[in-house]
Amino acid sequence: MPAPSASTRRRTKPAVRIHGIEKVPSGIAGLDEITGGGLPKGRTTLVCGGAGCGKTLFGMEFLINGAREHGDPGVLLAFEETADEIAKNVASLGFDVQDLVERSLLTIDFVKIDRSEIQEAGEYDLEGLFVRLDHAIKSVKAKRVVLDTLEALFAGFTNEALLRSELRRLFHWLKDTGVTAVITGERGEGTLTRYGIEEYVSDCVISLDNRVEDQISTRRMRIVKYRGSAHGANEYPFLIDDGGFSVLPVTSLGLNYEVSYERVPTGVPALDDMLEGGGYFRGASILVSGTAGTGKSSLAGLFADASCRRKEKALYFALEESGSQIRRNMRSIGLDLDGWCKKGLLKIQAARPSVFGLEMHLVTIHKLIEEFEPRAVVVDPLSSLVTTGNVGEVKSMLVRLFDYLKMKQITCLVTSLTSARGFEETEVGISSLIDTWFQVRDIEIGGERTRGLYLVKSRGMGHSNQIREFLITSKGVNLIPVAVGPNGVLTGSARVNQETEQRAQALARQQEIERKQRALLRKSKALDNQIEAMRAELAAEEEEQRSLATELHDRQMRLTESRTKLAEGRRKS
Amino acid sequence: MSPKQTPRTATANRNAAKAASSEYLLRLYVAGQTPKSLQAFANLKEICERHLKGRYQIEVVDLIENPALARGHQILALPAVVRQLPPPVKKIIGDFSNAERVLVGLDLRPLKKLRSA
Repeated sequence: MPAPSASTRRRTKPAVRIHGIEKVPSGIAGLDEITGGGLPKGRTTLVCGGAGCGKTLFGMEFLINGAREHGDPGVLLAFEETADEIAKNVASLGFDVQDLVERSLLTIDFVKIDRSEIQEAGEYDLEGLFVRLDHAIKSVKAKRVVLDTLEALFAGFTNEALLRSELRRLFHWLKDTGVTAVITGERGEGTLTRYGIEEYVSDCVISLDNRVEDQISTRRMRIVKYRGSAHGANEYPFLIDDGGFSVLPVTSLGLNYEVSYERVPTGVPALDDMLEGGGYFRGASILVSGTAGTGKSSLAGLFADASCRRKEKALYFALEESGSQIRRNMRSIGLDLDGWCKKGLLKIQAARPSVFGLEMHLVTIHKLIEEFEPRAVVVDPLSSLVTTGNVGEVKSMLVRLFDYLKMKQITCLVTSLTSARGFEETEVGISSLIDTWFQVRDIEIGGERTRGLYLVKSRGMGHSNQIREFLITSKGVNLIPVAVGPNGVLTGSARVNQETEQRAQALARQQEIERKQRALLRKSKALDNQIEAMRAELAAEEEEQRSLATELHDRQMRLTESRTKLAEGRRKS
Repeated sequence: MSPKQTPRTATANRNAAKAASSEYLLRLYVAGQTPKSLQAFANLKEICERHLKGRYQIEVVDLIENPALARGHQILALPAVVRQLPPPVKKIIGDFSNAERVLVGLDLRPLKKLRSA
């Protein structure tokens, strides 16, 4: 083979080969993420755990998913249950074992060990088991093998030393055969398995666990060791439901999601105005916190409604009210959530928090999101989840939830009930995960309780620092700027009082001004009149003056005339 | 199950003609002609000759040749002998070096006697 250049080699090699170990996808949701590809190929993996924690199912999923999705034929050597029983058990998870058997993709060999039927007389070995396993593997050309539970051998034979050496031989043989094997083992006291078979399996050990805390059980999985491969070392919660086995990697998602600059309206125009007029960022996580009865759910409902109006699907997780109760209550503020539900744009999923553990909630949310593909998610209220776990657990769950939602660019609004006293207490745990945080507070003034809303923070955008009065009416929700009086912030009827008073004062001032204006007008009129009179007087004087002058002129004229007449008369006489 | 219904088994009984009338029908399971399996056959035969002369029949099944047959009698450990007749079915594993235990396993000697012996 010609040596390919380094770059092409890197490109053609699958990513998992970088680890040095080839991996086989387990087919179990989430497990392949933790292990970076699946179980070690051609090696043996031990799955151990107590009774009822899903060991057999783990094995079955490994086989069935391998057969269905990768076309890998598998062999199940069952020591505890018959083939029929197993087929029935997994049929409830929607797996059709019979079909796989008929298509030669699966063979189930039930190995019955009954000590009372067997008499030991001299030395023996377990060659019969090898023969059976070999035959089963060859009959379907199996690539995957599950032995469930190998430890049952210890109950069937007395010679433990021989059994151990035979097990060692079996594991070597499995490795030589090249099949990827899963072996289950019952948990022992202080050891991973009751008979210590983990010491023969050196490649990969997975421990399953089912713990009950405060009456709520949570299944957890941990990879105890995985030779030759990096793997997540935490305890990962997992779930067995009607879809089978799913593991939730807690921190597998890094902080490297793409963010959106697109804005999503809040459903309240006045609230949009507080956020630069645009609303939330798409994919942001929004927290509405407040004491009881402050309208958190109303904001949540409006947000869902706004999403549906844009023809974007919304998913509403109700943890305290039933779906119909929410729809009825939202009707009182003018929201028709029923209509959106019927159009398939809105889905209200109601479940009591205590119905199942946190992890189950998380998985339910995950699953529904995968199925429904919403663009907006509401969890109302988040704080009630605290009843199912401690704050730390809730926080770790929320980290995962928010990471997941951000990765999918789903805008998420959660509400949180806070006690009247330490109002920031519960959020301390999660406030760092929140992009936009509203606080709705009770404001008590003059024997009246009103609601005030303000923005605690809103990452990545300028936002209003003002407290707004939060009004819930039958037409919806409105925000109005609060009145600020000499005694501080005023809301409700105090605000109305204040406003009335201010209006009265303004009116009085207005009237005073008008009165003064009128007086001035009057004064100027009087002055005008006076001027007029004086002018008239002056005119009269002038008139008099003029008539005097005329008189004088006339008299002189007459005088002159008479003199002339006189002189003429003298001359004639 | 009669030996005729399992055609591919190697019948080691010298008195094959008498097979139908044999009181004890034993089937020995081995994996290959190993010294261990030969020894087991020899041991078993010796015990049968001593205690069941003329009343028994042994058929040998080599699982290397017929691996599918291991399922029927739930064979895990080898060598193993299964008493098919008379009922109930009894199973003995080992190389049959412990004759007493073989006899107990074949219901030829009660366990109490073994303990007192």
